[in-house]
Amino acid sequence: MDHKRRILLKSTLAASATTMAISAGLLTPKAVLAAWNTTAFNAKDVDTALTSAYGSTDTTDSDKIKLKAPDVAENGASVTITVDSTLDKTEAISILVKNNAQPLTASFKLGANTEGFITTNIKMGKSSDVIAVVKANGKLYSTKQQVKVTIGGCGG
Amino acid sequence: MANSIQVRSSVKKGVATIKCLISHPMETGMRKDKKGNLIPAKFIQNLACEHAGNVVLDAELNGSVSTNPYIKFKFSGAKNGDTIKVSWVDNKGDKDSVEVEIPTKRRK
Repeated sequence: MDHKRRILLKSTLAASATTMAISAGLLTPKAVLAAWNTTAFNAKDVDTALTSAYGSTDTTDSDKIKLKAPDVAENGASVTITVDSTLDKTEAISILVKNNAQPLTASFKLGANTEGFITTNIKMGKSSDVIAVVKANGKLYSTKQQVKVTIGGCGG
Repeated sequence: MANSIQVRSSVKKGVATIKCLISHPMETGMRKDKKGNLIPAKFIQNLACEHAGNVVLDAELNGSVSTNPYIKFKFSGAKNGDTIKVSWVDNKGDKDSVEVEIPTKRRK
């Protein structure tokens, strides 16, 4: 009798531990990581990428987005890009490199408390405009800067 | 694939600064090896950062993000000792995640 009680206790504990793990989000990475926008990332030009990612290519130039990028990048394999948006309700930031084979490099969806600030390193095949697109309050804003690349970071 | 993610975090006046450095080859799939064969694509597609149950950053990356990606961002409403979870998945289905506490003293 006592032995059976042990088994019952053990199985109940194991079951509740699993439930807790699921509810804590440990076993559900898919819910956190949204799908990857294949069309947008594989697009060969900026307009197609923007249409697939945001449903529009209608961007307004804004001086409230600061795009920090080097004027001349010696090594295209790692170019540090900083996008700093002071626009209200910045929801998303995308970085595009016009002359790369696939312009859309990265898209960041920001949480409600996240500031409109991203620094990351990207690859550039050759000299190109780097475009920062910011979605704020439902509208698209952009700014761009030319980066000259001495040694390309793409291709063999 | 454990410990591919290094996170440095700090809080100043309620605003947390998170720096993530991930060890990953980030192959675009367009590069060729010495024999002229294409090196298959392998890059991180999704990267997420969670704080107190909220997703503070949900990033989609392309192969054109540098090898060993580095990402720095900021969010408000954080305090010392808070736990941050960073996780990634690549196009081959490999993944990794790490949970760190925002240290009380800034690391040097």
